[in-house]
Amino acid sequence: MGNVIQIENLTKSFGDFKALDQVNFEVKEGEVFGFIGPNGAGKSTTIRVLLGILKGTEGKATIFGKDVWEDAMEIHKRIAYVPGDVNLWPNLTGGEVIDLFAKLRGDYKKADREALLERYKLDPTKKCRTYSKGNRQKVALVSALLSDADLYIFDEPTSGLDPLMENIFQEDVDRLRKEGKSVLLSSHILSEVEKLCDRVGIIREGTIIEKGSLEELRHLTRHHVIVESNETLNGLESVDGVHDVQQDQNKYTFQVDTEKMDAVIKFVSRYSIMKLESAPPTLEDLFMRHYEGAGGEGE
Amino acid sequence: MSELLQKSNQLLRLTTRRDRIRALIWVLSLTFITVIIPGTFNSLYSEQAERDAMAETMDNPAMVAMVGEGDLENYTIGAMTAHQMILLTAVFVGIMSILFVVRHTRTDEEEGRIELIRALPVGKLAPIHATTIYVIGVNVLLAVLVALGLWIQPIDDLTLEGSLLYGATLGGTGLCFMAIAALFSQMSESSRGAIGWSIGVLLFFYVLRAVGDIGNEFLSLTSPLGWVNRTFIYTENNWWPILLMVAFTLIVLLVTYQLNAKRDLEAGLFPSKPGKAHAPKSLLSPFGLAFRLQRTAFISWAIGMLFLGISYGSVLGDLESFFQGNEFLTEMLVQGEGYSMTEQFISIIITVMAMIAVAPAILAMNRLYGEEKKSRLELLFSKPVSRKVVMGSYLGVAFINAFVSVFLAGVGLWAAGSMVMEEPISFGAMVGASLNYLPAMLVFVGVAALLIGFKPKLTSLTWAYLVYSFIVVYMGNLFQLDDWIQQISPFGHVPQLPVDDFEWMTVVIFSLVAVVLAILGMMLYSKRDIHG
Repeated sequence: MGNVIQIENLTKSFGDFKALDQVNFEVKEGEVFGFIGPNGAGKSTTIRVLLGILKGTEGKATIFGKDVWEDAMEIHKRIAYVPGDVNLWPNLTGGEVIDLFAKLRGDYKKADREALLERYKLDPTKKCRTYSKGNRQKVALVSALLSDADLYIFDEPTSGLDPLMENIFQEDVDRLRKEGKSVLLSSHILSEVEKLCDRVGIIREGTIIEKGSLEELRHLTRHHVIVESNETLNGLESVDGVHDVQQDQNKYTFQVDTEKMDAVIKFVSRYSIMKLESAPPTLEDLFMRHYEGAGGEGE
Repeated sequence: MSELLQKSNQLLRLTTRRDRIRALIWVLSLTFITVIIPGTFNSLYSEQAERDAMAETMDNPAMVAMVGEGDLENYTIGAMTAHQMILLTAVFVGIMSILFVVRHTRTDEEEGRIELIRALPVGKLAPIHATTIYVIGVNVLLAVLVALGLWIQPIDDLTLEGSLLYGATLGGTGLCFMAIAALFSQMSESSRGAIGWSIGVLLFFYVLRAVGDIGNEFLSLTSPLGWVNRTFIYTENNWWPILLMVAFTLIVLLVTYQLNAKRDLEAGLFPSKPGKAHAPKSLLSPFGLAFRLQRTAFISWAIGMLFLGISYGSVLGDLESFFQGNEFLTEMLVQGEGYSMTEQFISIIITVMAMIAVAPAILAMNRLYGEEKKSRLELLFSKPVSRKVVMGSYLGVAFINAFVSVFLAGVGLWAAGSMVMEEPISFGAMVGASLNYLPAMLVFVGVAALLIGFKPKLTSLTWAYLVYSFIVVYMGNLFQLDDWIQQISPFGHVPQLPVDDFEWMTVVIFSLVAVVLAILGMMLYSKRDIHG
């Protein structure tokens, strides 16, 4: 399958400040790509370049094989976008904004509109000035989900939603995936990305520091292991691939490099084991490891 | 009762602390524009004969409808100041009071700040009581400063009693509208609603008084704004209107406090009406959106420009006698051969109105950058909407603003002028003379578009250019400036009809310049980053 989004060595400078520095990643057709990084890392800047609102300083970015700056109009006919911070016109109602955006994109089915309003529990007769952040986000979400796009770009779409609405949104993203749509989901809610995404890219200070499927990324990191034994596990610390051993009476908590798992299990199995738990690394761990690591290098 | 008002004093201190700069700016500006007037009049109309000539120009229905009645028989500097200034100043004092009251009642309630306060051991009525005391304080301060500022001037007829009455009239009007705004803050669920209703009532009272002043005295007496001019400050010095104002305030406040004590927090008596669930067809395009966002501003400017035209037009009747012997004013005229003072005056007035009419057009154009600063363009441009179309829409709205503003100003000038002039100027000539400025006005729109496309941070340069034009063209005759100084402004080139002859060339050239600037603006706008 081809790539819907293709970004090659994309750099964006604002004066002397490099907001993006040689960014490379691609979103394949039909996949949900998680784009993660803390605030200010360059997620929104990347998305704005993809939308043709900012012009990349160097490098190349295409959507559907078309240049994001030159062919913005063509591209925008096939994408839907939800910004992280939804700013709407205070004197228009939510319903008016949804209709306006639908009209600017093309037409929509009225039945879908009512169903989505119902699903997201959004009152379309309220002026946007009276909406909370979450409700403004719902206006943008309903508007995006109404459109029959091929690529959906969500920039932290759930940051203002309550957990129930978050769930509904996740169901909708799942449905989009099943319909074969492509999704770029920028987020810092890692559990959400873990649940929804096929592949992820991690951005830090304008540079992609890691990308791949969740499986691939997990290989780069360590499993959490908990062992309970009525014997003392002598020499556990010195086993190759074991890190951060913490002992609480007969309970040992530590981390294991994924590729050293076999040797560690063999070591542990020499003792009498009451309980053995092993958990794959969460995205959270991945994330923290990268950021802590970066902080350490800097000091 | 005392329990209901508990801790009002602390809240009053909080309110005063929050507003100290805002209140000072309002009070000082209103005082300033009042106290500079007598001196200005004194130098402009130093002889009683000149003042009587002025009184004659004021003696017509259009003028009475606008500024109200005055003591035209004893038109002293003081009477003149009171007549021409006090009603309009009182309107602004009313607006000030409305804004202050709503800010500290319904807005605070809407934002949830009253909830925080009411959760403390604070009386139920304390927030509104603190607001009332605060706004009374502001109005009393204004009354005292105005009275002092008028009284200390070395002009004989600005007596102590008259000056005190002047201040009291302004302050009393402030109190009336304070009470009205406090009432509507109980009725309406939103602060915008409360402000809208209060200003609506203020306009209603203004119109009621205008109708009353022209024909039916009784109508004027039912309007607090009708009481204002019946003080006849500096001549009769009537104090009874002040008593009426205080009584009115007390009654309305009593009702307000009752309502406030009875109703739920964040509730109102007016049902909040839902907005439209579906967009009307007229909204569904970039132009529809651009226009809709600025509809209220557009309508307000259109009405304002019409009134501006009417007010200038209403003085055209007695200009000849008015200008005679007033060197200062005569010098400002074009000095065309074979034209009457009135015609020369009209040509200047139209220039001034055209320059004022540029303001709504620039505002409409700059709104495009305002939208960007508020990050509302990001979502719009993520749709298949081209930048040229969006900028073109704002250019269109700016054009409509320019056209309608200058057109209505011309219409107003003609309508009022033909009522009071012995030999009225034809509709075509008057409106044509106004529309003659449209191409020059559009040059400013073009400059604004170019700056938004090129470097939006520079948009204030458009305003600087307009202010420059205003000064050099308006004052040019007075200061005997060199021609080139005026010709930097497009307005320096436009022939001043009806005194000058019409020139096709200026119309064509300025239209072309405006179009080229706009196209350049669109091209640059399509090429730059949009920051939100």
